[in-house]
Amino acid sequence: MTGAESTPEVEPLQYGSAGAPESGSALREPPGELDRGETGGPAMRRAARRRAVGIGGARGDGPFRFAATAAGAVLLAIMAAIGAFLVVKAVPALRANTTNFLTELTWQPNATEPVFGIGALAFGTVLSSFLALVIATPVAVGVALFISHYAPRRLASALGYVVDLLAAVPSVVYGLWGIAFLVPFMLEPSRFLNRYLGWIPLFGGDQVVGRSMLTAALVLAIMILPIIAAISREVFLQVPKAQEEAALALGATRWEMIRMSVLPFGRPGVISAAMLGLGRAMGETIAVALIFPATFTVTFQVLGPNGNSIAANIANGFGEATETGRGALIASGLVLFLITLLVNMGARLVIARRKEYARAAA
Amino acid sequence: MTTPSTATVRTGIRPISVGRRVKDRVVQVLICLAFVLALIPLASVLWMVVKNGMQRFDLEFLTHSMRNIGARDVGGGAYHAIIGTLQQVLLASLIAVPIGLLTAIYLVEYGNGGRLARTIGFFVDVMTGVPSVVSGLFVLAFWILVLGMPFSGFAGALALSILMMPVVVRSAEEMLRLVPRELREASYALGVPKWRTVVKVVLPTAFTGIATGVMLAVARVAGETAPLLLTVFFTDSINNDPFNGPQMGLPLYVFDQAGRPTDAAIDRAWSGALTLILIVMLLNLVARLIGWWRSPARKGS
Repeated sequence: MTGAESTPEVEPLQYGSAGAPESGSALREPPGELDRGETGGPAMRRAARRRAVGIGGARGDGPFRFAATAAGAVLLAIMAAIGAFLVVKAVPALRANTTNFLTELTWQPNATEPVFGIGALAFGTVLSSFLALVIATPVAVGVALFISHYAPRRLASALGYVVDLLAAVPSVVYGLWGIAFLVPFMLEPSRFLNRYLGWIPLFGGDQVVGRSMLTAALVLAIMILPIIAAISREVFLQVPKAQEEAALALGATRWEMIRMSVLPFGRPGVISAAMLGLGRAMGETIAVALIFPATFTVTFQVLGPNGNSIAANIANGFGEATETGRGALIASGLVLFLITLLVNMGARLVIARRKEYARAAA
Repeated sequence: MTTPSTATVRTGIRPISVGRRVKDRVVQVLICLAFVLALIPLASVLWMVVKNGMQRFDLEFLTHSMRNIGARDVGGGAYHAIIGTLQQVLLASLIAVPIGLLTAIYLVEYGNGGRLARTIGFFVDVMTGVPSVVSGLFVLAFWILVLGMPFSGFAGALALSILMMPVVVRSAEEMLRLVPRELREASYALGVPKWRTVVKVVLPTAFTGIATGVMLAVARVAGETAPLLLTVFFTDSINNDPFNGPQMGLPLYVFDQAGRPTDAAIDRAWSGALTLILIVMLLNLVARLIGWWRSPARKGS
């Protein structure tokens, strides 16, 4: 096709500032577009011009544009509504609460004198997610490097797909696998850690069980590994080839090249990928609900029979909750929503600020 | 690369020292090890699900519900859960796909990178991180507690659609951006208005890519348990009406059976997990096949 080859030389038609939609980055700002408002945009003016020339059929443009804009607005409205309705249903329960919601450790909202607080649950959520992050991030970065720089080109995308399959396994299946396989399996390694590394407070304690914080963190780590690996991989693939080749040309080994050019370039991306993983680990419900022993103690001894999280508590406590109980669970869900919102917004701001990561958002 | 130590010609190129070479090797081994380490749980999960799931994965399991099955009885099946999952996921898609697709069209065709478009784009990203249990709680608070609707499959579909929307928007947006600008310009040059260009030229070009994205989004929500737990509730009977009364879903079925203390229930949980994984993997496979069949992404980039 000769036509396709010659198109780049043809100047695109110019209707004032109203070019065809930009196919490039969404972050670009057309000059003067911002303060003109949404209604009198370029498409409308072009439509008006057409009608003046006598070509009909532009009548549907207004409604179509409106529908598209409205759909976007619906998304924003849903985000706002999530916050609003959780607050609405949480407030009565918080009023009925007889202690401080933020510091209380126990959770008895179904009693006649409701006593409940987020303390132990929030602690468990944060501790298990951070443990999962510490376990998952190094492995995920290794997987990403393997796929982007070590695996044979031909196999790379297939191997990436295999890692993505980890994310396709439903969380309830991980939970089932966790209680049937991982809990008994973890008993021996846990005893080993306790015996030889017991002087570290994290692995200390007198009692060692399979259904521990560590086992749950391990399942969480498996579940967040694919997202961290996928985003890191995209970021590593976008390292400028010239930098890599320059390092190699100066005599660097492959690892030195990665350390000098790939890792510095990818660091912000890896950090935000880890934060997205953290957000996901915090919100993960069913897998940990099956594994956690659902206690309300605050301890750093991750091998003992302790552990709970906000999400797991919602799943376990919903069945027998009274009205105040439901309100209390919704209040805890609101806290979870706010925490994950902050973590995710932080991560997205890091990604969005760098244009070269634009395609890496998974 | 390296000159042998016996070389008489002095090139100034020194061989890579042993220390550096060893370090390079060690890192290579570590990175390969990380990849293998990541595959171990996948293999273990799949193997256990297939091994344990096959024990009860028979015709009775696929065609019977849990009605009148006592706490200690063997038998029973997941028919009611399969029906529930299919209906809930279908309803969720019916809600999420149009909204998601239109939002993507707004972002690509009408947004022009303005303030509203950037805000929507940012919150779509943030929305992908909304925990599934929170979307369930939202529907519980809004639909069931405030509006006074009953627990139903439709309430579950609402919760699932919230999880689905951002995924649909992101994948559709990416596909729409890959449609060559020349196609749009050719259409404009023929005097076709913008909306007809979008409907008749842009969408058909990007169709396969969008379909892939939708299938992946469906596969993602089909395995969600937490939102169903809070909105669909439990039932052991077949309920074909997603708008009325508690339903069941496959993930919920697995969770329910896994929490029961008998071996028969655990076996049913494994078979349920196998069915669920088969459905999810099938959806994934269909998505990849659609993408492989005719992908604008492949030609575009």
